[in-house]
Amino acid sequence: MRVNGTSYPAPIDARRLLSDHLRHDLGLTGTHVGCEHGVCGCCTVLFDGAPARSCLMLAVQAEGHDVTTIEGLARDGGPLHPVQRAFHECHGLQCGFCTPGFVMSVVGLLKQNPSPSPDEIDEGISGNLCRCTGYASIRRAVARAAELSNQ
Amino acid sequence: MPRRRHRRRLKPAPFEYHAPGSVEEACTLLGSLEDAKVLAGGQSLIPLLNFRLARPAHLVDINRIEGLDRIYERDNGIAVQALARQSAVEDSDLTLRVCPLLVDAVRLVAHRVIRNRGTVCGSLAHADPASELPAVLLALEGHVVARSTRGERTIPAAALFSGVMETSLAPDEVLVEAWFPASPVPSAIVEESRRHGDFALAGAVRAAGRLALFGVAPTPVLADPKDPTRGLQPSGDLEATPEFRLHLVKVLTERAFAA
Amino acid sequence: MTTRWFGARVQRKEDDRLLRGHGRFTDDIEGGALESVLVRSPYAHARIRSIDVSAARDVPGVAAVYIAADLPFGSTDLPILIPHPNLTHGRTQRCLASEVVRYAGEAVAFVVAESRAVAEDAAELVEVDYEPLPVVITPEASARAERLVHDDVPGNVAAEMKQEVGEVDAALAAAPRRKSLRLRFERGAAAPMECRAVWARWSSDDKKLTVYDSTQSPTSIRGGLAVLFGLPESSVEVIAPDVGGGFGPKIMLFYPDELLVPFAAMQLGRPVKWTEDRQEHFTAVNQERGQVHEVEVGFDDEGKLLALSDEFIHDAGAYTPYGIILPIITAAQIPGPYRVPNYRVRFRDLYTNATPTSPYRGAGRPHACFVMERTLDAIAAELGLDRVEVRRRNLIQPDQFPYEVGVAWQDGNTVIYDSGDYPALLEKAVALLGPRPEGDHVGMGIGVYVEGTGVGPYEGAHVQVLVSGKVVAATGIPSQGQSHATVWAQVVADELGVDVADVEVTSGDTRRFPWGVGTFASRGAVTAGNAMGVAARLVADKARRIAAEHLEADAADMELVDGQVRVKGSPGRGMPLAAVSVLANPVRYAFGGGTEAATQFTARPRPGPPLADGEQPGLEATGYYSPPGSTWASGCHAAYVRVDPKTFRLEILKYVVVHDCGRVINPMVVEGQIEGGVAQGIGGAFYERLAYDDEGQLRNASFMEFLMPYATEIPSIEIDHIETPSPLNPLGVKGAGEAGVIPVGAVIGSAVEEALGVPITEMPLSPLRLYELTEARS
Repeated sequence: MRVNGTSYPAPIDARRLLSDHLRHDLGLTGTHVGCEHGVCGCCTVLFDGAPARSCLMLAVQAEGHDVTTIEGLARDGGPLHPVQRAFHECHGLQCGFCTPGFVMSVVGLLKQNPSPSPDEIDEGISGNLCRCTGYASIRRAVARAAELSNQ
Repeated sequence: MPRRRHRRRLKPAPFEYHAPGSVEEACTLLGSLEDAKVLAGGQSLIPLLNFRLARPAHLVDINRIEGLDRIYERDNGIAVQALARQSAVEDSDLTLRVCPLLVDAVRLVAHRVIRNRGTVCGSLAHADPASELPAVLLALEGHVVARSTRGERTIPAAALFSGVMETSLAPDEVLVEAWFPASPVPSAIVEESRRHGDFALAGAVRAAGRLALFGVAPTPVLADPKDPTRGLQPSGDLEATPEFRLHLVKVLTERAFAA
Repeated sequence: MTTRWFGARVQRKEDDRLLRGHGRFTDDIEGGALESVLVRSPYAHARIRSIDVSAARDVPGVAAVYIAADLPFGSTDLPILIPHPNLTHGRTQRCLASEVVRYAGEAVAFVVAESRAVAEDAAELVEVDYEPLPVVITPEASARAERLVHDDVPGNVAAEMKQEVGEVDAALAAAPRRKSLRLRFERGAAAPMECRAVWARWSSDDKKLTVYDSTQSPTSIRGGLAVLFGLPESSVEVIAPDVGGGFGPKIMLFYPDELLVPFAAMQLGRPVKWTEDRQEHFTAVNQERGQVHEVEVGFDDEGKLLALSDEFIHDAGAYTPYGIILPIITAAQIPGPYRVPNYRVRFRDLYTNATPTSPYRGAGRPHACFVMERTLDAIAAELGLDRVEVRRRNLIQPDQFPYEVGVAWQDGNTVIYDSGDYPALLEKAVALLGPRPEGDHVGMGIGVYVEGTGVGPYEGAHVQVLVSGKVVAATGIPSQGQSHATVWAQVVADELGVDVADVEVTSGDTRRFPWGVGTFASRGAVTAGNAMGVAARLVADKARRIAAEHLEADAADMELVDGQVRVKGSPGRGMPLAAVSVLANPVRYAFGGGTEAATQFTARPRPGPPLADGEQPGLEATGYYSPPGSTWASGCHAAYVRVDPKTFRLEILKYVVVHDCGRVINPMVVEGQIEGGVAQGIGGAFYERLAYDDEGQLRNASFMEFLMPYATEIPSIEIDHIETPSPLNPLGVKGAGEAGVIPVGAVIGSAVEEALGVPITEMPLSPLRLYELTEARS
């Protein structure tokens, strides 16, 4: 499987969840685990470019596919992706635990809908839980990310 | 003396994993393996595996099968193959033209991220009483196509859902396609849930004069729009008592038929 | 000092690495650690007849299986963190239960293995022979005391406390009008996004125990581990790395894993780690919010409060590690921002066979606010008065500070409000709320609250200017999202006249700063913030002295601006702060970095020893701040809601907050705290509850059934603020961490009551509950 453009072997144990494989076998700990039943969104990655919950996939399912994690957005200390920049500008994170999942979801959202309305923003981020921000700053971050991406 | 088992952590129990490359291969596997489950979208199955509420000995992952993800028009309806993702149906102009009720229903399923992986056929095979798509199939009088080593058969919606998360699919059958007739005008789907994207406490699907309810019985059920709660014995849970469900049925039916 | 950074919306220094996925949360740490699993009781109350771990121990790959008998501290009761004379029957659990379990989730055995999967396999083989005992679940059932949680605690009463100000009975008897209310709160949970985790390593070479813990108080954990393991504190290091939300329950001594993981690491000579999963988290981690109140209020025809009596019971859970802080806070905060000339509060802290309770954001204040606000609403309804007007008539006025309430506060003092302007909060909130939206089934809610913040005993900070001119600072209290690294940097940067980008703050690492208490109770800005200010000021003073001597000027004439120390009014006469740092450490051997300037033949000769009497080397200082008492923040929330009369769905049409947390270091951070608090408040008002069944099993231990709101359920809110600086601390700040959550239940409850016309006396609400209340009324 390819993760952030690099090829890795798939795990031997078929029951290894993709989230655990990324975190513990590949050392990519930016993807977080909040619930392991698909509700909180902390584990969201891009699977062939579309947001997917990595806790609801077996790692073997990623064989032959492209996975992008949060580490794959701004490579090697390079400039932040517009979505990351927007979250920073708008104070869209506090503890940072839900943030990678949100960022990947928003990257997917803006790919699908580059200029979302406020309702579409709410709809688009409605699958991710945050306990710190109360979502208001995240809404602002998504709108800002759309601006930055469309520049 | 009751010895309660230690609750295991959220990881699947051991299983043997198979990834067939064709429907034939999948059918052969299902025909020869004891206690096997099909893995398509995984959005319903994998949480069950994680909680160990499902512990199949074998997992047959059909995601490697090519050419099984088409959405196409046939017989004045929309055919959705086994690996067509819910998000693909949601974005499908064809479906919007022919069966907009299905698009409306898919938009109510969980969240987009779940729909990116979840499949329409998977939702039907999973048959959660509170899910939308089985009720749409029922309201529209659609059918599914099931294949096994013994051949192929069509199962109409009325004969498909047999109980809570139970269908009349045989253990060795793969659901390869679902067919939804073109939705009549007017059609509507309405539901009440606690949070956006949650399973419905109760829901109603209107297809012209037909009414199908979900979330209020072990399977989706047809009901009389003028007396929708007759014969219903919904269960109760933390968020809705049977009485509240019956109340919601009346409210939702009214709303579905007001449009 | 400059005032460039204080009050500025400085963007966060923490963000870059968190956004790149380079955060370091405890479960991210591997280090070749063995993995572990806790075996927990499935019963809410049971006697343990035997535990057989032999099969578990035989599983290949298992390093150890521990039960209480294997632990040197196995028969030690864990500490009562906050003893109190009224806590006459405090009880705590042991690290691992061996005789009785008293809540479903209580830990019984600990399995350590090469991998989590193996540990789980072995855990399944641990055979515990339980004899189930009768359970007590609700606080009301506990009060009836037909069954006991602890055999030696009569009536299930851990503590009882009564306080009275004035003469309540006489005042009630003489009051023209009286009203009674019964108000009930279900249990709730903080549910941070990061579950708890611990990682530990023992180095026998260095005789050092290193522990990473998702905790809100590394210094307390370190102290406790040192005591329990008989180690000097200098041999124990505890670090809270990145922590994914705390909100209260991550401050505890000890969760069993916090002892077992270090113990196993010491025994096995290899690092050990433990991470809970979400389902486990629900019953393993402390909960809160269960209380039942019986209120009696006496008032006059103008709606003025004459007397208030509140008897309440608090659901302590199975044990009382946190003492009675929660009910003390509730008791203290019921009067709130209002004049209550005669006030009596009596509470009983009761045991139940459920997870122990300890503070969760708000910590007893939401209950207090709900009681007072619902009482005022009831008064308004009785008299046909406007609810806002009733509040106006009862608010403490700005010229009445300091205002003594006369009841005990959680820091051992009594409640004295130091400053505030409550009427201004109310008026501003009403103005911000604006006119009522059109439509039916719309209701308005309003709530005014006070919040005792900044409790002691103290916090400390260390600030150092490096020879490079960069500044490093450290404090003991960790962050779980409160932006400490940015906010403290602002304080220090102002004092030292440097750019905030040049100040690096470490918090929550006992290796960097070993003294302190923890992050809780809205105290960080007041205690650690002021400690940073004290330490930075000491550094600035020293810099002025050294530079003045070097430049042959007067220290009083020196200023720190733009990384320079210079003579006021003579910008040419100055030197870089970096150079001052070099001179602060007279050396024999230069080691680069400009230190040549401080060697014996280069430095300017001066009389006396190179290091003057009483002086310490380096441009660094340690400072402490110990508050004389809490400083009281306040605020007012108001909202319009609409309730669908058929589905009972709640729609929040508008939600406004006017808050006062004194001087604000970073308004962006404070607003974020408020927005987050309001969201938790809305969750706790309409979505979240912990549903225990009759056998003490939690029915909704998952995110599918414990309903935390998504963005679609939480509106954006409007925030305005006023500033009444605190007279109690040099920075003039007050705490803000819990403010967002405190009045939300009261506001939502009041608005829903108006919208639907049914009395609201409980939290949380839900469509089902509103349906039932509406049916009951008709």
